[in-house]
Amino acid sequence: MKRIIVVGNGMVGYKFCEKMIAKAPAGSYHITVLGEEPRPAYDRVHLTSYINGTTAEALTMASLSWYKEAGIDLHLGDPVLKIDRAAKTVVTQSGLQIPYDILIMATGSAAMVPPIHGVEKKGVFVYRTIDDLDKIMAYAKGVKKAAVLGGGLLGLEAAKAMVDIGIDRTYVIEFAPKLMPRQLDDAGGAVLRSKLSALGLKVHTRKHTYQVLGKEQITGIQFVDESELSVDMLVISTGINARDELAKDAGLPTGPRGGIVVDDYMRTEDPAIYAIGECAAHNGMIYGLVAPGYDMAEVACTHIIADPLQGAKNERTFTGFDMSTKLKLIGVDVASFGDPFLTADKAQHVIYEDKVNGVYKRLNVSLDGKYLLGGVMVGEASQYNNLLQYYKNSMPLPGALDSLVFAATEGDKPQGAGISALPDGALICSCEGVTKAAICQAVKDGNESIDDIKACTKAGTGCGGCVPMLKDLAAMTLKTMGKEVRKDICEHFTYSRQQLYDLIKLEGLSSFEEVLEKHGTGDGCEVCKPVISSILASTFNEMILRKNNDTAQDSNDRFLANIQKGGSYSVVPRIAGGEITPDKLLVIATVAKKYNLYTKITGGQRIDMFGAHLSDLPLIWKELIDAGFESGHAYGKSLRTVKSCVGSTWCRFGLHDSVSFAIQIENRYKGLRTPHKIKSAVSGCIRECAEAQSKDFGIIATEKGWNLYVCGNGGSKPQHALLLAQDLDSETCIRYIDRFLMYYIKTADPLTRTATWLNKLEGGIDYLKKVVIEDCLGKCHEWETEMQQVLSHYECEWKAAIEDPSIRKRFAHFVNAPDQKDPTMEFVEMRTQKRVAEWQ
Amino acid sequence: MNHTQQGVDRENWFLACQAEDVPHNGGVCVKRGDEQIALFYFARTNQWYASQNLCPHRHQMALSRGMTGSVGPDQQPKVACPFHKKTFSLNSGKCLSGEDYQIKVYPVKVEDGNVYIGYQPLSNTEPVETQQFAAIS
Repeated sequence: MKRIIVVGNGMVGYKFCEKMIAKAPAGSYHITVLGEEPRPAYDRVHLTSYINGTTAEALTMASLSWYKEAGIDLHLGDPVLKIDRAAKTVVTQSGLQIPYDILIMATGSAAMVPPIHGVEKKGVFVYRTIDDLDKIMAYAKGVKKAAVLGGGLLGLEAAKAMVDIGIDRTYVIEFAPKLMPRQLDDAGGAVLRSKLSALGLKVHTRKHTYQVLGKEQITGIQFVDESELSVDMLVISTGINARDELAKDAGLPTGPRGGIVVDDYMRTEDPAIYAIGECAAHNGMIYGLVAPGYDMAEVACTHIIADPLQGAKNERTFTGFDMSTKLKLIGVDVASFGDPFLTADKAQHVIYEDKVNGVYKRLNVSLDGKYLLGGVMVGEASQYNNLLQYYKNSMPLPGALDSLVFAATEGDKPQGAGISALPDGALICSCEGVTKAAICQAVKDGNESIDDIKACTKAGTGCGGCVPMLKDLAAMTLKTMGKEVRKDICEHFTYSRQQLYDLIKLEGLSSFEEVLEKHGTGDGCEVCKPVISSILASTFNEMILRKNNDTAQDSNDRFLANIQKGGSYSVVPRIAGGEITPDKLLVIATVAKKYNLYTKITGGQRIDMFGAHLSDLPLIWKELIDAGFESGHAYGKSLRTVKSCVGSTWCRFGLHDSVSFAIQIENRYKGLRTPHKIKSAVSGCIRECAEAQSKDFGIIATEKGWNLYVCGNGGSKPQHALLLAQDLDSETCIRYIDRFLMYYIKTADPLTRTATWLNKLEGGIDYLKKVVIEDCLGKCHEWETEMQQVLSHYECEWKAAIEDPSIRKRFAHFVNAPDQKDPTMEFVEMRTQKRVAEWQ
Repeated sequence: MNHTQQGVDRENWFLACQAEDVPHNGGVCVKRGDEQIALFYFARTNQWYASQNLCPHRHQMALSRGMTGSVGPDQQPKVACPFHKKTFSLNSGKCLSGEDYQIKVYPVKVEDGNVYIGYQPLSNTEPVETQQFAAIS
């Protein structure tokens, strides 16, 4: 067994361990890790989030138990003092002397502190570790003004931290004439500066800091030009220095700008010693990002494991790394890739600048106009991933470049083409170095969900920026495999809702138990039961509580009422079109008083009565039904209401009688069960008082007839309905609605509103028009007949329930004390009505 | 049929209801003093289960009105609370929705069409409040 010592337990040192454990044959290596910091490796990339309350534990890369289980000896808070290359041992501060066969230097970097007088004074900090942050946060109490030295990536990160800590005024001091001088051109830097200034940061560029003022404690800083700035705290974040001192002492060569010199296999001059991460200098370059560090860990790891005896030439080498980057700085998107500075003799420029909104974009395109060579984005960078792929893979650019510069606007179809055009070698996840080919292969191997892909390839587990691309790649790969993303409704049925619908209809199955018996396994569950019950109801429209189907209904359907906090139910009788007589209002008032119910007008132009005991429901409904009311199906995934404006009968603008049409439509489709709830409305003119364009189907009167809009909804993601057909007569309008609803019922996934259904429908509204209006599937006649049949079976569920003693007896809280109500139900008074006591 | 006859140990069991009072593949709520117990009948496997009626998530007396079902290759019986669809194993009382809740489950036996529930919970657990507290600390 070979002994490996890893010096340093940062992100890259940890990644090396992780990769060794995963790749090396069990029992072939023993790893000892020696860390200087007192805690195991943590995520330094997201260090700023520590200020916002992310705990050190949450930032930890892997728990102590992980190291233990992996058989790794982890020594924390015990830095290595000396490497004895001749004896192949290291000596630590605590006096341990440990022998090695292979030594991995992963010592990382330290904050670079420029030669400024007085940096030892109180109130001057660097920004590098959790300990640094603890010290800064402790000192920051009472600090009003802070300065951050450094206007690069790290400096702006530190500035964000000052803002997050809540310091009133933060100055950013940069030596160069602009912010982020390594990533941004002058115009980009200027836009970033104006955005950050607008957010309250004071930016000073071209400032050469000379000394820290104050006796023992900082009171300000003085610049070489003798100007002064009074501040209570200074955070230095100007860059990094490779931690190469140990290696230097051991006689290993270091680069001119520091860093342990390594070859393409990450080997130092001593073949038993490797260096990876920020402490390594490859071709004179030190890479201060995590992604190249991970790549180095991978290279070192494969090189160590490759068996030299078998002469296996290891192909994995480190050949430099693209330093393209995208980040959000204090709420401002900034991205830079390739060579952002190419001048006019080397590249053509595509430049977009919007000073009003603070957006700047620059693309450097090859002189022949074919390839992307680099670019800068400030203020808006949603196209970064796409552009990076064009650049990295030298993909020919499309003719028009505006689609590359601007984000796809809402409503545009997502561009799948960009992804399928990528070569197999395209790096999708730069943090973990995962290619498009590897991701597609993982999907083909059966890792079809994003979680599975992450677990299998590790892609998307770093910064997470590539997750949207993973989703697209998974969907694309499954599609090319001739496989839709599996839509099994749950573990008990290997069918999609659409397949089950067809089976049930074809075989005339009429109860959940029958469907389970023939096509499912186990006892079903809270997912498949409501789906199948809904299909049965949509297909046959039999009273849902018969044939022992009651317990297969969703909880609200089972009791034909909506369960509310505390376990009481609400009662909503149908008030078609929102039209109600004073006599019926009196009935509702009488019933509500008698059973002590809270009343409220709903958004759908009807009246909801809350706080009914389970055992009172049949009594309440008996009275309502005797007075001519019917169930309002507020509890079902079915037609809710058809809202109306007052229409031409009263309104001086009204073109048609919207109320009569709304009542006709509501009565036509009442009781129709659908994959999700459906709502409708009819407006008497274009003023649209009934808000028909926010409904699953909405109708608006025109001079010549009705316009029919479909697939709108309110809710968490509001979406306007789209115009399906214009100037229809009432009969045609209803025929189109029949067809539209049948198509939706037959093809939608469970619990999918019409808006989402349309969004997923290939061809969108144009295709829907072909299906409904032009009958391109040749199904319209069949659907209209089916709809007629389903609707003809309508009966008021509540009437049926109270007339059937076996159903009625289910409406009791206690099976062994049917007359008693649930004693735990509590109500309190509010605005002279009752409300339920707040739940615990 | 008289439920106090031989075979039923009156010390540890109480008569809940008649078997025919319970819907197939669903539950009812049984009152025993101040206690509420949810009783379930799985018709396909002809199995009976009982648990506390209180859903520990939002303290609602609702489990008896939940949808029953099974989960996993061993088809573990479960119930989903009507309020937020938290599911619980009817064998162990453990919450199956990834939280640390635990409900009490009781033995059930049926004799001559009478359903009896055992006094002593099968899952020997602390009261709900203590459980939750323990999960946080």
